[in-house]
Amino acid sequence: MMSETITLGKALNHGLRRALESDPKVVIMGEDVGKLGGVFRITDGLQKDFGEDRVIDTPLAESGIIGTAVGLAIRGYRPVCEIQFDGFVFPAFDQIVTQVAKMHYRSLGNIKVPMVIRIPYGGGIGAVEHHSESPEAYFAHTPGLKVVTCASPSDAYVMIQQAIASDDPVIFFEPKRRYWEKGPVELDAPLSGAYPLHASRLIRPGTHATVLAYGPMVKTALDAATAAAEDGRELEVIDLRTLSPLDLAPVFESVRRTGRCVVVHEAPGNVGLGAEIAARVTEECFYSLEAPVLRVSGYDIPYPAARVEEEYLPDLDRVLDAVDRTFGW
Amino acid sequence: MAKGTSEPGADVPAGGFVQLLTPDGERVDSVTTDDGVTYSVDFTDDEYRELYRDLVTVRRLDAEATALQRQGELGIWASLLGQEAAQVGSGRALRPQDMAFPTYREHGVLYCRGIDPIMPFGLFRGVDQGGWDPNEFKFHTYTIVIGSQTLHATGYAMGITMDGKTGTPDGEAVIAYFGDGATSQGDVNEAFVWAGVFHAPMVFFCQNNQYAISEPLERQTRIPLYRRAAGYGFPGVRVDGNDVLATYAVTRAALDHARNGQGPTLIEAYTYRMGAHTSSDDPTRYRIASEVEAWQAKDPILRLRAFLTKQQLADDTYFAEVDDSAAKVALSLRERVLAMPDPQPVSMFDNAYPHGSPEVDVQRQQFAAYQASFEGSAH
Ligand SMILES: Cc1ncc(C[n+]2csc(CCOP(=O)(O)OP(=O)(O)O)c2C)c(N)n1
Repeated sequence: MMSETITLGKALNHGLRRALESDPKVVIMGEDVGKLGGVFRITDGLQKDFGEDRVIDTPLAESGIIGTAVGLAIRGYRPVCEIQFDGFVFPAFDQIVTQVAKMHYRSLGNIKVPMVIRIPYGGGIGAVEHHSESPEAYFAHTPGLKVVTCASPSDAYVMIQQAIASDDPVIFFEPKRRYWEKGPVELDAPLSGAYPLHASRLIRPGTHATVLAYGPMVKTALDAATAAAEDGRELEVIDLRTLSPLDLAPVFESVRRTGRCVVVHEAPGNVGLGAEIAARVTEECFYSLEAPVLRVSGYDIPYPAARVEEEYLPDLDRVLDAVDRTFGW
Repeated sequence: MAKGTSEPGADVPAGGFVQLLTPDGERVDSVTTDDGVTYSVDFTDDEYRELYRDLVTVRRLDAEATALQRQGELGIWASLLGQEAAQVGSGRALRPQDMAFPTYREHGVLYCRGIDPIMPFGLFRGVDQGGWDPNEFKFHTYTIVIGSQTLHATGYAMGITMDGKTGTPDGEAVIAYFGDGATSQGDVNEAFVWAGVFHAPMVFFCQNNQYAISEPLERQTRIPLYRRAAGYGFPGVRVDGNDVLATYAVTRAALDHARNGQGPTLIEAYTYRMGAHTSSDDPTRYRIASEVEAWQAKDPILRLRAFLTKQQLADDTYFAEVDDSAAKVALSLRERVLAMPDPQPVSMFDNAYPHGSPEVDVQRQQFAAYQASFEGSAH
């Protein structure tokens, strides 16, 4: 096995490359994905090696990118669309929720739109407005879309290939502030043996409380668990990985053991993923719970100016604080 | 497109454009386009000199911002280098009653609106969302989502008509700024439809700086952008965007056309972005040095300076004084940017809603209490 230590961004790049190699129907499309290699360089070098017909610099129009990708998918291609930043997906929102999500249903299953919409999301990089948002709940709320997010280089590498290979339309959220985090990746492992795309994963066992996180918050949750361990508290951390459908069976199992549950996400709390998860965990684990399921999230305000984003974003202290509160019940 | 414009050559795009000042600093008296519109300017000597001062000051402020960004004092900067003439020419053509809707690069127009040049720095430093009051200066907030503002501008212009503030020489008009890339967006095309159908008193001012980040103009269009207007039922005109006299003349005429109740105009200011798209960009990946050099020869400031010199409207003493005063403005800007304090974290809860929100109020209190809990600790 060839295991390499690479960044999450590079892992995505390798994953896209392998998808382009293994299926001639895969095409990448988006703004600046060609010569520039994308503003985060995730598609770096791909146009050079696969040509302008497979790595397509599109006009600057998100509705156009997604709408034409639908047509390409109907025609037998597997488009992988890049939306440059989270806040710029909204011009395409109409196409995604009214068309991408419903094609299969509307056509009685006769039409598939096997496309992937890659969206770098979340804050923590000191950007101006529209460059730091967490819009996952809008998509998870729309039946017909699969919504996933990766948190480690190895997951990034595998999940992007799985998403492309899947016949479902997949919204693939990339935690942009983790693009530069490194980890080991098995570059030639066969996809067939990989951990499933639509499954959450227990990534740190513990006994005192369960912490759920996804995307950029997974690292924060792990850091909190490390800190808690120093104080003798063992936190169990689960990386949700899939946001729609949610894979909560392992979560229920965990919460039944620990009796305490904290959900962490960057997006505002109001009507966020955490609300859904808290409701489901409460329904399933009511008699095991020692405390209500608590949420740690962004506040219910527009994403603030960069100089205060560290106060806005859930950090290790806020996670530990919530864990403390579950013990205070 | 135009009688009297220079023949297409190395300097001029196919189809020509309105030019009143050549790259060598030669004045063209007037230009009449195929539409039968004649463009000219009638500046006093002082006005010529002041235009030069504007161009130099705006460029100097931009250079200071670029330096501040490199020194880590700004998160990002969108430079206007090379586009000074398009911005100053159009910005000076605005009358006080006109309303402007910018993108994120219109620092030169902002300057012409009389707004303190420090204003956009809060946004780029990450301490606020841009500090000016759009109502006071008739210059809207910067808009980062590409093309959105063109619809707002159109709606605002429709409001002018509904208010009966059009149809006279003193009427109001609106100008919307956007780039060549933006012309691909649905919003911009919808704005064209609306403005045409409702005969809105507005000017669409497209700065075609040849690139949308890395993508060249050919990735957005197969025809010259100004010709799109015909499909929406209003006039389009292309102007040499590096010629401050021509951009002024064309914009003033289009604004007057609008304020007189004659409907919208699309202006394509043909120019070039000399620097990177923003400070996060690496233009060497997608464009060649010789292209940049060719555009250097069309520099908006050098040509006005050549004109002023030839006409003996200004001498080295004047130019030195302008440089000096621009440097002073830039220096004071630098000092003030460095002194810009970080916002109080709790201020992030301000202005989410005009009437507040009980939930946000609770979160504000919880946040303040949480912050206070760290006080005195080693956090
Ligand atoms: C809807 C949307 N998509 C993508 C972006 C990212 N982006 C910022 S500027 C830019 C290029 C804009 O090019 P153009 O309209 O020509 O204006 P210029 O920056 O050249 O002045 C892009 C793609 C954005 N801000 N908004």
